[in-house]
Amino acid sequence: MTHAFVELDRVRLRYQEGEGLALEQTDMKIAKGEFIAVVGPSGCGKSSLLKLVSGLMPASEGTVIVDDHEVAGPLKICGMAFQNSTLLPWRTTLANVLLPLEIVQPHRSQLRSQRKKYEERAKHLLETVNLLGFENKYPWELSGGMQQRANLCRALIHEPDLLLLDEPFGALDAFTREELWDTLQKLWMENRFTVILVTHDLREAAYLADTIYVMSNRPGRILMRYENTLPRPRNQDMTFQPEFGDLVHELKGHIRTVRAA
Amino acid sequence: MNRKKLVTVYSPWIASIGLFLIWELAVRLFHVPEYILPTPSASFAAIWQFHDAIWMHAVQTMLTTLGGFVIAVIFGVVVGAAVGSSQLIYAATNPVLIGFNSVPKIAVVPVLVMWFGIGTIPAVLTAFLISFFPIVANVATGLATLEPELRDVLRSLGASRIDILMKVGFPRSLPYFFTSLKIAITLAFVGSVMSETVASNVGMGYLMMAASSRFNIPLVFAGLLVIAAMGIAMYGIFSVIERRSTRWAVRGSHSG
Repeated sequence: MTHAFVELDRVRLRYQEGEGLALEQTDMKIAKGEFIAVVGPSGCGKSSLLKLVSGLMPASEGTVIVDDHEVAGPLKICGMAFQNSTLLPWRTTLANVLLPLEIVQPHRSQLRSQRKKYEERAKHLLETVNLLGFENKYPWELSGGMQQRANLCRALIHEPDLLLLDEPFGALDAFTREELWDTLQKLWMENRFTVILVTHDLREAAYLADTIYVMSNRPGRILMRYENTLPRPRNQDMTFQPEFGDLVHELKGHIRTVRAA
Repeated sequence: MNRKKLVTVYSPWIASIGLFLIWELAVRLFHVPEYILPTPSASFAAIWQFHDAIWMHAVQTMLTTLGGFVIAVIFGVVVGAAVGSSQLIYAATNPVLIGFNSVPKIAVVPVLVMWFGIGTIPAVLTAFLISFFPIVANVATGLATLEPELRDVLRSLGASRIDILMKVGFPRSLPYFFTSLKIAITLAFVGSVMSETVASNVGMGYLMMAASSRFNIPLVFAGLLVIAAMGIAMYGIFSVIERRSTRWAVRGSHSG
């Protein structure tokens, strides 16, 4: 493996002193531009993993290294998206997407003078996810899928090197979800940021990720690492191919043994 | 506009007029003497008869109330922001605030009179003391109930506490804030009139006190009606401001 962009070295996590471990010794190496997925039973500490990597939560033991620096506090190169879209209801879609630029430097100080340029960038992003024409709508005027697409745009507008997704499509219906897989894949193939996707949807992991990590029940531990060699770009037809089915089936088998343990 | 909507729009007027009618009829029917309960017509007549005096005292009460209210808003926002954004400040000040809010403000008026003498200042301060609490509580609630995911999104961008407060906390607590203003302004009237009643020689409270000592009960009720009307008017103004500035939060109730 080449030089790692994100590296977890013997990381352990417990939320409180004296409490049991939330994450058992975890080692991970993620290359720049790699798309990885973490799957596992609910409550196994998948989301904690994201908090560790983003620096929102310190590791109890071990080190987290991102871009050659040990993570000590919240990183500034992350985009994050969660299951609920957390768009601000008093802002239009466009203003919501622009929010990170009001915080992250150097955009923050340039936003006022180069508003036009940034708005163009946001509109371009909205266009890629088929939301052009909705930029002046408020979140409550959008469907769940549209909100989640806007949410993705917000996570990407500042061109983060690292995109952290915590079950971003979990609340959507199956059709919308699979549509958004394509959207995400397209965005990723165009921009090649590093993605950590936490999900309990094995098909989602198989569809999107280069590498899939299977985690155990709490305390979470990485049990398996799969190289997903299905060719890109992947499309909906491929999900009916035996290779795809086999992969999902194999993952499923592991999860089953994990849950039984 | 359909029938049902029409009824809804006029329902407040119908209800108020209905209440006055019942009141009027009941007083006449049971021959209630005027020094116990005057009819609304007599009370309105008193408003007309004493309108010069009422106007003067009403303006005084209005200014007193607004003075106390403005102080309450400033104080309430500052304290609410502090309490809502810091767990420590919340823990430290919550018992004090609740204790303070539980003290009947009428008991504080004599203290204020001792310090400031009778007149406008104790009335302004009483209005302030009685009305700041809902503002503190609502602003704090609005800030404290920020979704953890949203906080994470912003923090992972490197947002400072101030950033989060300015971009999300304050806009998000605006609806709570405006709700509290409606409550606070009506409470402020209670405070100022209360203080004027016991420790002033101007204002609606004083007017009613003076009227009752001269057994001019219609004028007392005239005063009550005027205070109620001022309260409704201020409440209405703040409702409109609320709806204008936080459309996103009330979208369900007036759309379609």
